Amino acid sequence: MRKITIAALLVGAVALSACSNNRFDGAGADTAGTGSASDPTSQAYFQETIGDRVLFAVDTSTLTPEAEGVLAQQATWLSDNPAYAAIIEGHADEQGTREYNVALGARRASAVQGYLIERGVAPNRLKTVSYGKERPLEICSDESCYAQNRRAVTVLTAGVGS
Amino acid sequence: MNMIRLLALGLAILALSHTPFAATAQSSGPLRIEITDGVIEPLPFAVPTFQAETGSAGPYAQEISRVIAADLSGTGLFREIPSSAFISDITNFAAPVQYADWKAINAQALIAGAVSEQGGQITVKFRVYDIFSGAELGQGLQYTGTIDGIRRIAHQVADTVYSRITGETGYFDSRVVFVSEQGPKDARRKRLAIMDYDGANVKYLTDSDALVLAPRFSQDGSRVLYTSYETGQPQIYVLDVASATRQAMGTGGGNMAFSPRFSPDGSSIIFSLEQGGNSDIYRMGVNGGAAQQLTSSPAIETAPSFSPDGSRIVFESDRSGTQQLYIMSANGGEAQRISFGRGRYGTPVWSPRGDLIAFTKQNAGRFHIGVMRTDGSEERLLTASFLDEGPTWSPNGRVIMFSRESQGETGASALYSVDISGRNLRRVTTPDAASDPSWGPLQN
Repeated sequence: MRKITIAALLVGAVALSACSNNRFDGAGADTAGTGSASDPTSQAYFQETIGDRVLFAVDTSTLTPEAEGVLAQQATWLSDNPAYAAIIEGHADEQGTREYNVALGARRASAVQGYLIERGVAPNRLKTVSYGKERPLEICSDESCYAQNRRAVTVLTAGVGS
Repeated sequence: MNMIRLLALGLAILALSHTPFAATAQSSGPLRIEITDGVIEPLPFAVPTFQAETGSAGPYAQEISRVIAADLSGTGLFREIPSSAFISDITNFAAPVQYADWKAINAQALIAGAVSEQGGQITVKFRVYDIFSGAELGQGLQYTGTIDGIRRIAHQVADTVYSRITGETGYFDSRVVFVSEQGPKDARRKRLAIMDYDGANVKYLTDSDALVLAPRFSQDGSRVLYTSYETGQPQIYVLDVASATRQAMGTGGGNMAFSPRFSPDGSSIIFSLEQGGNSDIYRMGVNGGAAQQLTSSPAIETAPSFSPDGSRIVFESDRSGTQQLYIMSANGGEAQRISFGRGRYGTPVWSPRGDLIAFTKQNAGRFHIGVMRTDGSEERLLTASFLDEGPTWSPNGRVIMFSRESQGETGASALYSVDISGRNLRRVTTPDAASDPSWGPLQN
């Protein structure tokens, strides 16, 4: 499956970290052609207006009420835009051993996947992967960065069968 | 590898067995370091630059002598006496040793040697002297090899000296496979690399195109298991060290496969397989076939490591609510929890001697490398820092190498070693940042 185009974060993106270079979310994808953020069917809109990620407390994979709010909107958007599939990337902060964090990121990605399926997204449109602590978004070693790194990001891809 | 042959010197030893000092200074008994947990005063030794027996051998003799000294000093058990303190020197390997001159500078061990080079072949002869007993310790030996293998020859000499004085097998002629890292935390590139135990002779085994994690040597050092994201999903690969060719292990079902290790006999692997967010431990043959599920709890089960006899597996699980260490049969089934201290325990690795388990511990915002007995008793923390993790054992079970990552935005990982008493913490110099070491066997 080919990954399509994830835009870099734009100013004002709600729920996104303020100073990220975002190199690791959708890394390797082309940044052109994500459409205008004002087009509600665009990936840019999904990322910026819907919100492509949810955050987790330390060493948990429990979805917070805030996360469920974001995911409910993701589910609706995915139902409205059946051309897209998604890979859910689970991540951990650096406070943990490497293997455990890979497993923890998998739990987080799976929690998001489970919620989206519950909200009607076809299971075959959703894949998961964990990067553990290998792909931090923020690089400081305190909670302000850790909180942004304990995340699951829904990365849009070309749809099933495309 | 058969490039180095070991030969006893035989006849030459007889000439040295009758020395005028043989009957003196016997009061302290034979030269011996007992490696215990007590405080050790490092044993003073001298390595006069080995004699060059052919015109071209000078630089090789110099390097070999320095590598031997560095190996021994690096253990923390020995202290080199600088050549500036020498009263006499060894200018002729065959001449009798002037014990009084070495005794006067308190050298307890003297390593004398000679190096010759002929047609690209290096020959090293050496003898070890117990100065205070006034006698040779063991027999003279000779090693041969090629010029590009002179560091290995030196390591073998040092292993022999270490073994004669401590009574334990050495670990200098060994290699470490690890992850070489470049770039900042948020754009880090990783590739597999292999080096001598002391950081020399680094070679890269993969490129940096795909994220790679946690390489693990096979017991014989010929193969390396590791996790790579080259397909987008973490999957397990096996790499042949000599040819640097690799192939996917094909772990079958599940979503992600990671954290692999070989069985001691190299015939099977254990690893974590994740399905639906749950990671369990599986076992399968190295040549494929069906994977056997060894754990089946909804908790995270990962970082499995075999006992040296292959009968048991130590692993980490958060089934109790936090990461802790457990031991189960190599066929799965009920597991016994062995870690009960404060904090979280992960990445257990069984020692090659079978008596200890090394682990990473997190407690109160700090990371530690520690060891405990296999029943969980006698826990001992060897290090403390912002982030220490991933211990691996030296082939003789006396030293542990691990990754230490520094804190903050410029944080980078480096390799360190520490002995199992917690002494002698040392950084292992690598060209770039480095993590996830796996220490291979003695090569000779």
